[in-house]
Amino acid sequence: MSEFINFYFIPGLILGSIYALGAIGITLTFGILRFANFAHGETMTLGVYFTWTLIQFCLHTLGLEMSNWFIILILMPISMLFCVVVVLALDRGFYKPLRESPTIMLVIASFGLMLMVRSAIQFFWGPQLKTVLPGIQLPMVFFDTIRIAPKHIWIILSAIVLIALIHYVLTYTKIGKAMRAMSDSQELARLTGINTERVVQATWVMGAALACAAGVFLAVDTQVETMMGFSLLLPMFAAAILGGVGRPYGAMAGGLIIGLAEELSSYHWIGDGALLNPGYKQGIAFTVMIIMLLWRPSGLFKGKVF
Amino acid sequence: MAVLELNSITGGYGDTTILKNVSMSVDPGQIVVIIGPNGAGKSTAMKAVFGLLRLASGSIVLDGEEITNTPPERVVRKGVCYVPQTANIFPSLTVEENLEMGAYVREDDYRPRIREIYEMFPDLAEKRRQAAGTLSGGQRQMVAMGKALMLEPKILLLDEPTAGLSPKFRGEIFTTVKKINAAGTPILMVEQNAKQALQIADHAYVLVDGENRFEGSGKDLLADPEIGEMFLGGGRANSNGGTGDAS
Repeated sequence: MSEFINFYFIPGLILGSIYALGAIGITLTFGILRFANFAHGETMTLGVYFTWTLIQFCLHTLGLEMSNWFIILILMPISMLFCVVVVLALDRGFYKPLRESPTIMLVIASFGLMLMVRSAIQFFWGPQLKTVLPGIQLPMVFFDTIRIAPKHIWIILSAIVLIALIHYVLTYTKIGKAMRAMSDSQELARLTGINTERVVQATWVMGAALACAAGVFLAVDTQVETMMGFSLLLPMFAAAILGGVGRPYGAMAGGLIIGLAEELSSYHWIGDGALLNPGYKQGIAFTVMIIMLLWRPSGLFKGKVF
Repeated sequence: MAVLELNSITGGYGDTTILKNVSMSVDPGQIVVIIGPNGAGKSTAMKAVFGLLRLASGSIVLDGEEITNTPPERVVRKGVCYVPQTANIFPSLTVEENLEMGAYVREDDYRPRIREIYEMFPDLAEKRRQAAGTLSGGQRQMVAMGKALMLEPKILLLDEPTAGLSPKFRGEIFTTVKKINAAGTPILMVEQNAKQALQIADHAYVLVDGENRFEGSGKDLLADPEIGEMFLGGGRANSNGGTGDAS
């Protein structure tokens, strides 16, 4: 039992939280700007590199002595801000001129941006692996059985806080409600007098901030490399589709389900061996996405069907 | 002075001309109805007011101010609210959130207005926390109208508010339209149910092939034998090309 929780369930939960945060941005862009944003993974990567640079700056240039957690907690909002600025600039330069164009052009533009941003990251920071937090952490033990590393507790708690924040914005603020309205019907939003450009900007802000957080969590859990965002793109899309395109709560649920499914698939449910070789983990998201598209394309939360 | 005037407007989508020299006017406090056969350009005339199509010639004047070819998001701010025939509510938002979105361009406190809307549509007050998409067809129309009224518009444009409703709900919608009008909002409405619409109309226009064909008070048009034959006679008057009468 403890093995199941420690090595399968908790990692699944962590991976799921990361997918969920990333998928919210994808589903919002899909719902409000009406295109699949391939560059979303690169926003995550960018957030990670900003954070890494800020950490190096604080620890080595300023010589600050701070605990790792504290420093990330302080620096993450700053790198979120950087991500938001970059993404808004990219929107202005690349997506805004195409706002009235067919979806396919926006998708291709985002594909191009994905390559450009990734190459820029490789150019400025180099392709080598880096780590955000050096050293090994001793896990904390609860009830003598559950062992969980402090960084994992920290990731799950932060994800909960961020999701609560998103819930608040979408449910109680004017701009959040307008985002949901525009995701329902862009045409009616315009006829109602909603400032659709403002809503579009709010969508980028929210998506970029969450992508940055998801990326940093992933980097804390693993390491920093230039392909990390891209490798998450498929599971994040799968999560968005599973939850229903344009449905942020669906994306949260979809992210958790896919994260858990990936990790739990290699548990020895039957007999002694893993049910599925961990090497095939990546395939789970793809399978879920295909099944969902065949069985119920509108997703769990009745999203849009394109 | 008329609240809204369409002065010989000509225009359409792309290269096709749908409206040819159409003129109309709505005076304060009036219900004005546009009737005509399918494809006559009734909805198009309404869309022209709302800046949804570019006019080749003619002008649209709101309260003395020309608003020809003003984009919809600006027309709203000038006090024209438009309820499209379909997709006129945000289905995943609650009833109350729909009303709040209707007040999006308002800077002042719109809470009192929401209470007024609930007084006008008591059904909606009960369902304020329910997703608008889960309501019945008639109630959705109420949400759509309530949402449009949040701005206390100078004029309300309704595009076939009874389309797709059962006869029972249809009557309810006509009663509601009269109620809204009695509260002081002039209404320009496109209708397929010509007979019922003419009964509540102060003035009506008949469009055929994108041109003004007849106009007159609701009563006069109801009594006119030619119009009776065209739109009101037999079952043809109320047949909406198959979609309108589905209940």
